[in-house]
Amino acid sequence: MIKINEKIITNCFSFLIYAFLYIPILVVVVYSFNKSQFSMIWEGFSLKWYRELINDHEILTATWHSLLLGFLASTSAVLLGSLAAVCIKRYKFQGRKLLHGLVFTLVVIPDLVMGIALLILFHFLPVPLGFWSLFFAHTTFCLPFVIVTLHARLGQLDKHLFESAKDLGASEFVLFRQIILPLLGPALISSWLLSFTLSIDDVIISYFVAGPSFEILPLKIYAMVRTGVTPEVNAISTIILGFTLLFVVGATLIRRKK
Amino acid sequence: MHNPIIELKNITKAFGQHIALQELNLAVNNGEFLTILGPSGCGKTTLLRLMGGFEQPDSGHIFIDGYDITNLPPEERLVNTVFQSYALFPHMTIFNNVAFGLKCNGIDKNEIKERVEETLKIVSLEKYSERKPNELSGGQKQRVAIARAIVNRPRVLLLDEPLSALDYKLRKKMQIELKQLQRRLGLTFIFITHDQEEALSMSDRVVIMNDGKILQSGTPRDIYEEPNSLFAAEFIGEANVFDAIVTESTKQNTTLKVQNKTITFPEPKQFKAGEKVHLIVRPEDLRVWTEKEVKNTDDMLPGQVEQVIYKGSTVDLIVRLIDGPLISATEFFDEDDEDLFYENGEKVWIHWLPGWEVILPYEG
Ligand SMILES: Nc1ncnc2c1ncn2[C@@H]1O[C@H](COP(=O)(O)OP(=O)(O)OP(=O)(O)O)[C@@H](O)[C@H]1O
Ligand SMILES: [Mg+2]
Repeated sequence: MIKINEKIITNCFSFLIYAFLYIPILVVVVYSFNKSQFSMIWEGFSLKWYRELINDHEILTATWHSLLLGFLASTSAVLLGSLAAVCIKRYKFQGRKLLHGLVFTLVVIPDLVMGIALLILFHFLPVPLGFWSLFFAHTTFCLPFVIVTLHARLGQLDKHLFESAKDLGASEFVLFRQIILPLLGPALISSWLLSFTLSIDDVIISYFVAGPSFEILPLKIYAMVRTGVTPEVNAISTIILGFTLLFVVGATLIRRKK
Repeated sequence: MHNPIIELKNITKAFGQHIALQELNLAVNNGEFLTILGPSGCGKTTLLRLMGGFEQPDSGHIFIDGYDITNLPPEERLVNTVFQSYALFPHMTIFNNVAFGLKCNGIDKNEIKERVEETLKIVSLEKYSERKPNELSGGQKQRVAIARAIVNRPRVLLLDEPLSALDYKLRKKMQIELKQLQRRLGLTFIFITHDQEEALSMSDRVVIMNDGKILQSGTPRDIYEEPNSLFAAEFIGEANVFDAIVTESTKQNTTLKVQNKTITFPEPKQFKAGEKVHLIVRPEDLRVWTEKEVKNTDDMLPGQVEQVIYKGSTVDLIVRLIDGPLISATEFFDEDDEDLFYENGEKVWIHWLPGWEVILPYEG
């Protein structure tokens, strides 16, 4: 008797958790197929908003810009970050601890502060607001996440691996290329994915440093939503959701194969 | 007189306030199997890391073949290290692990293949060359680690507790294999261990360390039979330590007052009359007689059996000396003396052949 009750309670509880997590997303998906002009009223199934989306040049351009920016910024963040993480881990230099500490503060620093700071910096340098300012900004806020991820991974590795490579005659370059990089492999990929995600949906920092010449998707959506949530926004969200799902499933499959 | 292959002169190394090695001198001969033995934290690993080039001494010099290599980085030293954790590269096959050092030194492909295969054969792993390290057992990994080091033909091989991760049986087997390998290759091994039995059975020479200093260095037999300090005596094997007072010391003999008996031992070392000393006897050198078995008890010490531990081929006795310490004695079953039967609380006499004891100056 008690067992059955326990089971029912557990099931109800997990159902509630899933409902809480996924109902909002489900609503977005369902309403993206809504015929009505206004989000809140269901008038029947239609692909109208998807059609409109495909023909909306501004949104397509913004999407392309976001993907490009995400790709370039996370790649450069991973390149710089892997060097930085290895430096902090392996070499003793003046200010190493300070640098390490600062990296952690950058992870928790409010986006607002970061946005304003970058804006002021770009004003003084000067970097024109547009692609380059966004690129530098995104690289900057992704970098600490990459460093933290990779540094943690390096910490898990047996330090004797590096020492025995040196012992066997490896130069610093061979050590980095043949031992450190391959062992960091999975962490490199996951930190790249993390950066890409951060970059794709960043609104606050981008809001400060974006210029009129280079529109990106999150800002575009943000602008659209201010005049009310249109079904078109629901449609974009659904597409993004679809890609994310594909991505996650793909990544899981690849990992399982290994 | 041959020149040492590796020599440490006045090496001092501190980590912050803690002095890990103090004014240490050590010379290792070519082809020697040298074991460094000492308690945890005494500086063994630090000593090895200095030789490997992973740490720099605060003062002092290290020589290999007479050349000062104190400031040379590890990749330029003709020594290789086998780490306790093996440190095999997990993403490379066994072949590539072993080939790594040769590739780093720019040796050509054909020669690499030949030498790696030859070395894998030496450690009987030729069938495993395409596996990854995580597909091998502990003992196999251990052998790969050794192969990876010896394939470079180093002048000296440094091994930091290479067997401590293995279970007892495999450990015994690897001890024999390592020793044979060392003989066959004629390499110099510097081997660290916690395990005194391992040290005694494998080495040409044992170095005993404590607190960053070398206390004694000698053949296993010397170290065991003639320890030069209380620490060495108690660290290697078991030792019964009596406090005694010198009553007379001549060129050949020393007479001691121990446990209210006055006994003369053949001991050429000179002591002052009235000096306090330690008298050390190994358990297996003690004979334990029951009251009935002996008549003349002049040079025997009286005691009472507290515990009898049967160990198959031996019997360990814990005996409380009258007004004195607990001692332990190991009695062997043999043809002549089959009567190894003692009862708890039985009165017994302890005796040993004069000359089998060690007399050391008193240490606080
Ligand atoms: N990198 C380091 N930083 C600070 N102290 C260290 C460092 N390496 C070693 N020590 C200290 O130096 C002393 C000697 O250490 P070492 O590792 O040489 O001991 P060991 O004899 O190898 O001990 P074990 O048998 O436990 O391996 C220890 O007290 C240790 O705490
Ligand atoms: Mg150690």
